[in-house]
Amino acid sequence: MSLTRRHALAAITSSLLAAQFDAPASAADALTLLNVSYDPTRELYRDINRAFAAAWKTKTGGTVTINQSHGGSGAQARAVLDGLQADVVTLALAADIDALAKRGLLAADWQSKLPNNSSPTTSTIVFLVRKGNPKAIKDWGDLLKPGVQVITPNPKTSGGARWNVLAGVTWARKQPGYTETSEADFLKKLFKQVPVLDSGARGATVSFAQRELGDVLIAWENEAWLAKDEFGADAFEIVVPSVSILAEPPVAVVEANVEKHGTRVVAQAYLDFLYTKQAQEIAAKRYFRPRDAEILAKNRDRFPDLPLSTIVDFGGWPAAQAKYFADGGLFDQVYVPSK
Amino acid sequence: MNHRATEEARWVRLTLIGTTLLLFFCFLLLPLLVVFGQAFSRGVDAAWESLQDPDALDAIRLTLIVAAISVPINSICGVAAAWCIARFRFPGRDLLVTFIELPFSVSPVISGLVWVLLFGANGWLGPFLDRHGVRIIFALPGLVLATMFVTLPFVARNLLPLMRSQGVSEEEAALTLGATGWQTFRLVTLPKIRWGLLYGVLLCNARAMGEFGAAAVVSGHVRGQTLTMPLQVEAMFNDYDWVGAFTMAGLLALLALVTLAVKLTLEWRMGLLGEALL
Repeated sequence: MSLTRRHALAAITSSLLAAQFDAPASAADALTLLNVSYDPTRELYRDINRAFAAAWKTKTGGTVTINQSHGGSGAQARAVLDGLQADVVTLALAADIDALAKRGLLAADWQSKLPNNSSPTTSTIVFLVRKGNPKAIKDWGDLLKPGVQVITPNPKTSGGARWNVLAGVTWARKQPGYTETSEADFLKKLFKQVPVLDSGARGATVSFAQRELGDVLIAWENEAWLAKDEFGADAFEIVVPSVSILAEPPVAVVEANVEKHGTRVVAQAYLDFLYTKQAQEIAAKRYFRPRDAEILAKNRDRFPDLPLSTIVDFGGWPAAQAKYFADGGLFDQVYVPSK
Repeated sequence: MNHRATEEARWVRLTLIGTTLLLFFCFLLLPLLVVFGQAFSRGVDAAWESLQDPDALDAIRLTLIVAAISVPINSICGVAAAWCIARFRFPGRDLLVTFIELPFSVSPVISGLVWVLLFGANGWLGPFLDRHGVRIIFALPGLVLATMFVTLPFVARNLLPLMRSQGVSEEEAALTLGATGWQTFRLVTLPKIRWGLLYGVLLCNARAMGEFGAAAVVSGHVRGQTLTMPLQVEAMFNDYDWVGAFTMAGLLALLALVTLAVKLTLEWRMGLLGEALL
């Protein structure tokens, strides 16, 4: 941090054209990592970063500072493509990291480099309703009832929103007499109930919780719990639907960037750290489902067991992306802005 | 109805004054009060404490640095441009006048995107800069460039009408008496335009510190590194940190109020209220 600051000052004094130069890789005792992440992980990585810095200090004696950038998953991937110097990316879905791989920022087989599809935690999609559940929302079918307003972000820009859509489709597929058309029909009816599409998961939560829009928020499980914590446990209730989807937010080292910064070792150690007991405990505390079976079992009361589909059921992200979210895809076909 | 022809009827006056006051209250005073109300909703101590947050301090520092670079450069460029346009005739002069105002009519988001397209990793100069390890976008230079683009017109636009109306006779006299160009500028022109210049600089500074759209595009949103004050407000708001967000917003509003106070004081001291400065 002090290195960049010093360079920042150099930029002022020398001339306008003088720019921030990369911190030289030789400064091994004071490392800086940039973790470019999606919206609802701010609190998680604030804790993880503190724990990792301490662990790194014990192990190597060196100091490491981890800087964070948060935003919609798609927008963050875009920024990294445009040159944001991420050492690691921790995004909402694999498709966004695939986009980086396509431009050669990391290897195409990045997802096989870490355990569990490179997703150290999972989450699922649940409902957040107002206290007492006045609209009696129990399952996906209840979202389609007349007079129910649903808050969910825009699947074009938000990774979380794409998980929301696929979780809903999982339910639609389990209904008797399911056909391809009933899938489109479900989405059409669902988005008819959506008064506003925020660009990111956090924006949608703020719309629901702070601006008091809508009757139900479709949200990441972690985001729903956090909102409950922030706004008081008596303001909202979490409703777990009959089925949902296993969301696997993946992590990866941005190889092209760590090569330039000379931070490959510490970046790799950072991601490995996410799989340790210590980090898994932190994740569970921040309402992300840990991969560690023991820690998951210990926290069963916050992470109820429910039937979950996976992205494989949709043929993987490239197929799901093309079918549902690409320009002209199912979402474009069924979505009619309400105003 | 025996009022003079130059005077409006009483009800017209009252309606106009009433409407103005209502608008003033609803659109200026009320939002300001809400900002400060939210900032102090958990007491002055909580608000003060939120400003001690390292990220908040970094945002304030970054905003001051960005303004400290872009405002002086824009002031010098603004004076030079106004001087050129007011004093010389050259082909393309009218075009230049039009183009100086371009940043006013272009959306700030575009002003930011331009730099991403130029200097981004996939931009025209991106690969070249990357090879030499130079960072412009998602770093301080990008924020400075975006801010400069947005605030470019303020100084020149304030000086142009002033310089045009003042004419060149005094400068001509100075030159005839043997002054050099620099002496003429320093001793004759600068004193003539200083209040207009100061006003332009104040406006330029206020906008530089408050710019959101252009800064958002080139920032990269790295906490404690590339978040300026307006971006920090958004980040804190999204973190459910209402007190922090509104305290920072209040600080920005305070900067605007100080700007206004400085401007009024200057005008009052010079006895120039409303004259030549508008």
